[in-house]
Amino acid sequence: MTASTLDVPAPSGAVGEPVLEIENLSVDYGYTDDATHVLRDVSLTLHRGEVLGLAGESGCGKSTLAYAATRLLPPPGLITSGSVHFTGRDGQRTDVLRQSDAELRASRWQDTAIVFQGAMNSLNPVYRIGRQIADGILAHRPGMRRKEAWDQAASLLEMVGINADRLRDFPHQLSGGMRQRVMIAMALALDPQVLIMDEPTTALDVVMQRQIVEEIADLRERLGFSVVFITHDVSLLIEIADRIAIMYAGDIVEDAGAQDVYRRPRHPYSAALLHSFPPLRGERRELTGIPGSPPDMQKMPPGCPFAPRCAHATDVCRQVRPVLGPTALADRGGREAERSVACHLHDADLEGIDGTLPTDLAR
Amino acid sequence: MAQDTTFTEEQAAPERAVEHDVDDPRRAKRFLFLRNGKALTGLGILLFFGILAVVGPWIAPYDPNQVSADLLQPPSWSHWLGTDHTGRDILSQIVVGTRGVLVVGLIAGVSATVLGVIVGVTAGFIGGMGDETLSALSNVFLVIPQLPLIIIIAGQLPTAGGVTVALVIGITGWAWGARVMRAQTLSLRKRDFVEAARANGERTWRLVLAEVLPNLTAIIAAGFVGTVTFAVMSQVTLAFIGITPVSDWNWGTILFWAQNNLALQRGAWWWFVPAGLCIALLGMALTLVNFGIDEFVNPRLRSTGMNARLLRRRRIRPRIGFTPVLRTPPDGRPDVGTTARTTRKERS
Repeated sequence: MTASTLDVPAPSGAVGEPVLEIENLSVDYGYTDDATHVLRDVSLTLHRGEVLGLAGESGCGKSTLAYAATRLLPPPGLITSGSVHFTGRDGQRTDVLRQSDAELRASRWQDTAIVFQGAMNSLNPVYRIGRQIADGILAHRPGMRRKEAWDQAASLLEMVGINADRLRDFPHQLSGGMRQRVMIAMALALDPQVLIMDEPTTALDVVMQRQIVEEIADLRERLGFSVVFITHDVSLLIEIADRIAIMYAGDIVEDAGAQDVYRRPRHPYSAALLHSFPPLRGERRELTGIPGSPPDMQKMPPGCPFAPRCAHATDVCRQVRPVLGPTALADRGGREAERSVACHLHDADLEGIDGTLPTDLAR
Repeated sequence: MAQDTTFTEEQAAPERAVEHDVDDPRRAKRFLFLRNGKALTGLGILLFFGILAVVGPWIAPYDPNQVSADLLQPPSWSHWLGTDHTGRDILSQIVVGTRGVLVVGLIAGVSATVLGVIVGVTAGFIGGMGDETLSALSNVFLVIPQLPLIIIIAGQLPTAGGVTVALVIGITGWAWGARVMRAQTLSLRKRDFVEAARANGERTWRLVLAEVLPNLTAIIAAGFVGTVTFAVMSQVTLAFIGITPVSDWNWGTILFWAQNNLALQRGAWWWFVPAGLCIALLGMALTLVNFGIDEFVNPRLRSTGMNARLLRRRRIRPRIGFTPVLRTPPDGRPDVGTTARTTRKERS
């Protein structure tokens, strides 16, 4: 889907207190000394009622970040340090990384729900979808009667725009898009506060993508949960997200409001990413793409991981690894002060950086 | 599975050669299988028996058939494992008998596995009438009581040496493997990568050899090890009940003589315990190799299987759905420091 409705302002949901705080999260794949360090000290905060987009190329750690924060990484994933604090509706703060198995099982789905990549294949073909939704509800609400659970499943289906009499259908009787909606309904069954969606629309056509994205936006308004939306489709993100975090090689390189990222990217990678897809309106321009490919995570170069592909790279970029910090234009105030970027070009104190940004990063 | 390994290794090899030519820990990945403790133990025992099978007749202290005046002696310096009722040296019998056991086990294992793979993969891949026929055949072989059949065939053949017994075991023991192969092939031939190769116009034999067989490596290897175990047990059983010639030494023959001469009642433990232990040890070695194969061929289990000891030491329990969180620093120091550090961080 392209950025067709950019003139419609993205829902700037009332940003509340933090609900999921990821701090200095580090993740390895492998258990030995030659393990691949996929995430290194990544921090990210999700606020209540916010739609946070995670974007980046394939293999840059988007899904790893979301799964590590929920402790769903399959072996040989290993969380080596950091903390992930979840704040409940009652204001109680818990560290997900310190929860026992039982606590984790109880909080999943109820606090944090996930719609997986290709989730429509997660439905068991031999059970009716109503039963599959009701099963999850009953597992978390032991006292509830089966009838009530089915009624709730029916209202959930209605909520995602499927007629309630499809409840007695088997998964193969539904189309791909409907199955995806069933999965979204299922994820919302226990009224979670955080909904993680891992490329929920990738396998669907653009019409279905649009419907589902609108559905999520609408449900978010009504139910007030927060969403982490993972995709490599930046144009889709700009429409649905309030805030976008751009990831590259396991790092968050830019974290800013969706419209700010789109109109005024501050990191060379964000800018390049945005130049890789055509706008529907505006003058014709040549699509550049990004030369090269992401670095091998097993042999990360010192310095900025994007430096080899960056048009503005200097000597210091190749030697020192940048960290997320304020932009060079932060003194403009307003929303500019709220965004952060991991790029040496924004640090005028460094040797070899003259403090004037390239024009395409200073808009 | 097996393809994955070769692929990554081939990919990484040139870079490795250029960038790290000295002391690269990753070089050891070439021998991944050997870093698994279970597989290593099993292979070690197998290697020991293998060497014994080759050099046995030369290093045996006595001729196993040589009768002496030391009747039924307990272990001593001149006879390390004692003697039997006619003064023959038991250690020599075991050492010489190793070859018979291993040769029969290997021949039977190879022949049963080859038959099973051919019948099973063919049946699974061609489908239709051919599948029906081959399945019916393996079902017939499945319900034949194996040991009585082996006894009858081995008893009827006038020169029932080790190889004959091995072939008989192979011919009667392939059916279960074939059935497993067929089931797995059925599921593989519908996978997208096989369909894609078929759509590309690949020949059937290439589909089978290049697309399907590599994915069966694990099952074939595990089936082979299982069949070898079964063959060794069958052969020892046959020798023990006296079906095979008693002059062919193997561990079962020793047990046959011990049983017929009331070794247990006479308290001659050295007569049957060493042979029994050897059988148990060989069975254990084969089983350990089987476990090792299991952990090795599943790429997801692999890094777990490879590093089982390290994981235990670092108290990591890899599970799906509950990612382990490291509470100890990577150098393995006690976790007190880390906890303190984390707490400080939380407070600040």
